[in-house]
This record gives sequence, C-alpha cells and structure tokens, in this order.
Amino acid sequence: MEELIKNLGLIINATLIATPPLLYAALGSTFSERSGVINIGIEGIMTIGAFVGAAVAHFTGNAWLAFLCGGLVGALFGLIHAIACVSFGADQTISGTAINFLAPGVAIFVCKALFEQSSNTPPLDTAQKLPKLFNGIFEVGSFWNNVLNTYVATYLAFVAVAVVWFIFYKTRFGMRLRAVGEHPKACETQGINVFRIRYIAVIASGFFAGLGGAYVTLCTVSQFRPEVIVGQGFIAIAAVIFGKFTPHGAMGACLLFGLCNGLKVLLGSGNVISPNLISMIPYVVTIITLVLFVGKSRVPAASGKPYLKQK
Amino acid sequence: MKQKINHNSETSQNILKIKVQGLIYQNALYTIIAIFFGFLVGGIFLWSAGFSPLEAYAKLFSSVFSRPKYLIWSVIYATPLVFTGLSVAFSYKMGVFNIGAEGQFVVGSLAALCVGILVDAPPVLHVLLCMLAAIAAGMVWSFLVAVLRVRFGINEVLSFIMFNWIAFYLSNYVINTKTIHKVGGGEASKDIRESARILLPQSLQNIFQSNKANYGILLAIIAAVAIWFILTKTTFGYRVQAVGLNPHAAKYGGINSDKTMYIAMSLSGALAALGGAVQLMGNSMRISQFAGQEGFGFQGITVALIASSHPIGCIFSGLFYGAMKYGGSKLNLIDAPTEVVDIIMGTIVLFIAISHVFRYLITRRLKNKEEK
Repeated sequence: MEELIKNLGLIINATLIATPPLLYAALGSTFSERSGVINIGIEGIMTIGAFVGAAVAHFTGNAWLAFLCGGLVGALFGLIHAIACVSFGADQTISGTAINFLAPGVAIFVCKALFEQSSNTPPLDTAQKLPKLFNGIFEVGSFWNNVLNTYVATYLAFVAVAVVWFIFYKTRFGMRLRAVGEHPKACETQGINVFRIRYIAVIASGFFAGLGGAYVTLCTVSQFRPEVIVGQGFIAIAAVIFGKFTPHGAMGACLLFGLCNGLKVLLGSGNVISPNLISMIPYVVTIITLVLFVGKSRVPAASGKPYLKQK
Repeated sequence: MKQKINHNSETSQNILKIKVQGLIYQNALYTIIAIFFGFLVGGIFLWSAGFSPLEAYAKLFSSVFSRPKYLIWSVIYATPLVFTGLSVAFSYKMGVFNIGAEGQFVVGSLAALCVGILVDAPPVLHVLLCMLAAIAAGMVWSFLVAVLRVRFGINEVLSFIMFNWIAFYLSNYVINTKTIHKVGGGEASKDIRESARILLPQSLQNIFQSNKANYGILLAIIAAVAIWFILTKTTFGYRVQAVGLNPHAAKYGGINSDKTMYIAMSLSGALAALGGAVQLMGNSMRISQFAGQEGFGFQGITVALIASSHPIGCIFSGLFYGAMKYGGSKLNLIDAPTEVVDIIMGTIVLFIAISHVFRYLITRRLKNKEEK
C-alpha cells in the first residue's frame, strides 16, 4: 500500500513537472487562435526560448531573469509572425513554417557562436536553475514531497491559466479578442482596432511559448540541446484543439498529455510499454477527439484567414 | 458567326497565356528578391558572430562547385527534396497545404526499409517492391487526412501535424523491434539488402568519385515531368487546378471535388513517400532513431515555394536547397555554424509569404510612373 501511494506520488510529480511547458505554450496558442491567427511557429519559438533561458542563466546566474528573457525573445518572434500575418496578410501556415526554420536556426547558430561550436549549452547547476517551492519542508521521498515539492514556475503556469481565463472572460479586451477571432469585420464596424488586438494576441502567444521553452531548460533538462523541445510545441497546439480553444480546457488537455510525458520518463526504457507508443498518445487522442466531437471543438470562425483593413 | 466566336476565344486564350507567363516572370522576380533578403539576413548573422559573410558564402559555393564530386553530393542531397517539393507543390495546386510531407516521407522510408530488410527478392524487382510499399504507405498516410477533411471537415493542417508526429514515433518504434533493429549496438535499423539499393554501378561510382551516387535524381526528374504532364495535359490535372482556384465554381462546373481531393492528396503523399524511399535506398541504407524531425518534408515546403509550385521548377529549387545543405555542412571547416542555412531558408520562406507586398509596391510605382 505504502509503495503504491509512493508510486502514485511519483506519477503525479512527473505529470506536474512535464505539464507546464505544454501549458505555457498552449496558453500562447489559445491567445493567437482565439484572435484568428494560427501560430504553428510555437514549436520553433519554444526552442529559442529554451536556448535563451539556458544561455542567460549560464552567464548571469539569475534564473528568473533567464525565464523572462526566454519569454521576451519568444515575443520578438511572435512580433515577426504578427507583422507577416496581420499587417502583410501572409499565409499563416507558411509564415509559421518560416518561424520554425528561423527560430531554431538562430538558437543553434548563436549557441555555436557563443559556446565554441557546440550546439549544447553547458549544464546548469542547481543554483542557476529555477527554485523549488516547499524545498526541505517535507521528508525526502515522502508522498507530499513528491507531489508538492515542484518548481515555482510549475505553480506559476497554473496561476497563468487563471489569469488568462480572467482576461478572456472578464475583461473588455478579452471579449474583443474573442470577437475578433470570430468576425473581424463586424468588430471593425464597432470601432475595435482588429490589427492592434491581433498584434497583442500573437506577441502574447510568442511570449508564452518562449516561457514554455525556457521552463524546459531552467527546470527539467538543465541544458539546451537542439532536440530539447521535440514536438512539445505541436502537442501544445493539439492540446488547445482538444481543450476546445479555452484556457481551462487547454489546461485539462495539457495535464493529460503531461501525464503521457511523465509516464514516459518514469517507465524509461523499461519493457512494459514502449515509450514511443506512449509518445503517440497525445496526437492519436487529438485526432480521435476531432472525429468524435465534430463541431464541438469549433475552430474560431476567422482562424487562419488574413484580415485586410476595410476602406 | 461561329468563326468569330472561335477567333474571340483564341485571342482570349492568348491573353490568358500572356498573363500566365507574366505571372511566372513576376513570381520569379519576387523569389529572387526573397533569396536576396535570405542571404542578406544570413550575412548579418554571420557578420555579428564575427565571421566575414563573403568568406563564408565563398566557402559555401566553393564546397559545391569546386569539384565534380561535390556537385554529385549536392545532387544526392537534393534528390529527396525534389520529391517532397513536388509533393507540396502538387497539393498546393489544389489549395491544400501539405505540411504533412514530413510524415509521409517518414512512413515511405519506413515501409521501404521493412521490405528492404525482410523480403528477399532479385535486384530490380526488390527495388520496385520497396518503392511500391513506400507509395502505398504514403498514400494511406495522406488519404486518411483527406478523409478527415472531406468527411469530418477537419482542417488538414492540424491533422497533418498530428500524423507527422505519429509517423515519427512509429518509425522509432519499428526500428527498435527485434527483427528490424541492428544486431549489436547503435540506435539504428539493420541495413537494407544489397538488392534493394539504387546505387549506380561501381564503374560509374568511380567516375563520379562517390559511393552514394544513385539513380534517385533520374526518378525525381521523371516524377517532376509526370506531375507537370498531369497538371497541364490531363483532365484530372485540370480538375485539380480548378478545385484549387475555386472549389465552389469547380463543383458548380460538375467536378466531383471530393473525389479529386482523395486522389490528389494520395498522389501527393505518394510523392513525399517516394522521396523517403529514395533517400533510404540511395543514400542512408538504414534509418537511425530520430532525436528530432529530420525536416525533409518541411524543406520540401521551401522548395515548392521557391518554385512557385511549378513542378519543373521544383527540380531546380530542389537542387538549390540540396546545394545549400551540402555547402552549408562544410561551413564548419571555417568554424561558422551550419545553421546559417536554416536562417537563410527561413528568411526566404518568410519573404515569399509576404511577396504580394512587393507586388503591391512595384505595381503602385509603375502606376505612379504611368500617371506622370
């Protein structure tokens, strides 16, 4: 029994640690999707966020500053996506594809330039990483230590969900954001600046994706490697669809997909189930949901369509 | 009267021809502008990292052109990209953005790998079997997405992305199974049998000074010409383009757009999968465990964009990308990061995505001039 509880604690812990990067990125994706802009560049933005987080922490030793910088560089790439898609009416999928070339390219380029041709950053030591909450309060190895003693940034991710939920459903900006994603033309006749709202939303999506990337290097992996993100950005996009384009729905989806990632880490290369099969679950589940609940996970009406200002 | 009508339709056809040709020239111009900006941005990155952009670009070009052997290698690098480029270009003609070429490429090479290892067949037949397996796998992979779109109204970009990753982990799973995995260490599959390889005969390999010189590029050129023929000379190609230009009008004109979609997307998947098969049977001979997506499919998007989705253009833009990849891989000889190629290509894609802005600026200037 005790063993079972301890294992349960470990599973919850692994889920909690694996969920935030997906959650941060999913919040970002929710922002841009709801405003009517698809951002598949989130995967690439997470990669550069991960690199900047690791590099800034390595040079300054200040993990919080590094975390913020990861977000800011993400916002910068969000801005590029916004300029292309919102101002210039570019095809959003193509622009996102370009970001997926550019952002990891820049990340690895700068990494090699800074760290003597190495595409990895030096490993961070514990002091350079983000701190854990409740460190040393519970007995090491106990259930509560396993469950609650995770990184502050983990808790922050869930706080961010509440904040984004509040912005979406309780503020004027949030209402406008949702309206712009459904019917931009009607919004403009009401005097809403469609371009400005979409700019803010897409930059926010980059910012959150950058935070998600930085979380990976500053909390879990402790080092930037080119393949440190592999697919987490796309899982986040899937989670947003699975969560019906709401912040709280995305959170539920991220927890489920985080559980998959957590299980993968726990089971390791054990012979029970191949980790590769577990890795497929988020993608398969998303497709099944889309098929079973056709119409229920409704994509915002104006999603993916460039909007040109009326004259 | 009848003659007059004929005459009229002939002139309107001519006008259409001139317009289309003008469009091709225009697109070429915008592509050249985009490529220029790509190298410019890449140069800025090189310069700010303390490298001379000129020296680096000189290295890049000399590593492609200075020896015949290098040129052959560039062609070998280009071959899979021509296939994925064709795949993306063909589906784009139908208004579908095949971001799933990556996954179709992976399942294609995986199917070819399984047949290449497990089946024992005489040389030419074995190659054909491998390619058929790849084509079947790629078609299924893409057809499923078409079903999701047509029957369930699911945005194909989303399902393509999901299928890419399912293919990714499927490949990692299969190569780790006992029958496929390499005996002894190493995170890779066994090599495919000699009979499944498409390498040139030894004598030609010696002439080209490359042990990986293969028939792939010939197949790619044949595929490109075939796609060009299908698009421009057949009813099916006409239907594909009609659906791409205006699905409602096509339906109104009596074209079964669902059926066209199923066939065209399957064909698109087959092209990408063939790319995977050719890369496997002509170059890599085995599949290693993926740490990250290899990107052949995404690079195909760039190839198609640079070619303005013209099938013959894909041969040349594929060669361009292949040369950039091979030349870029030699940049580490002067300690410059290879990733500058990704930066250049990403910038090119971004600028092609906003190329209608150039169109707007240029036409406005021309109009202003006329008015003066």
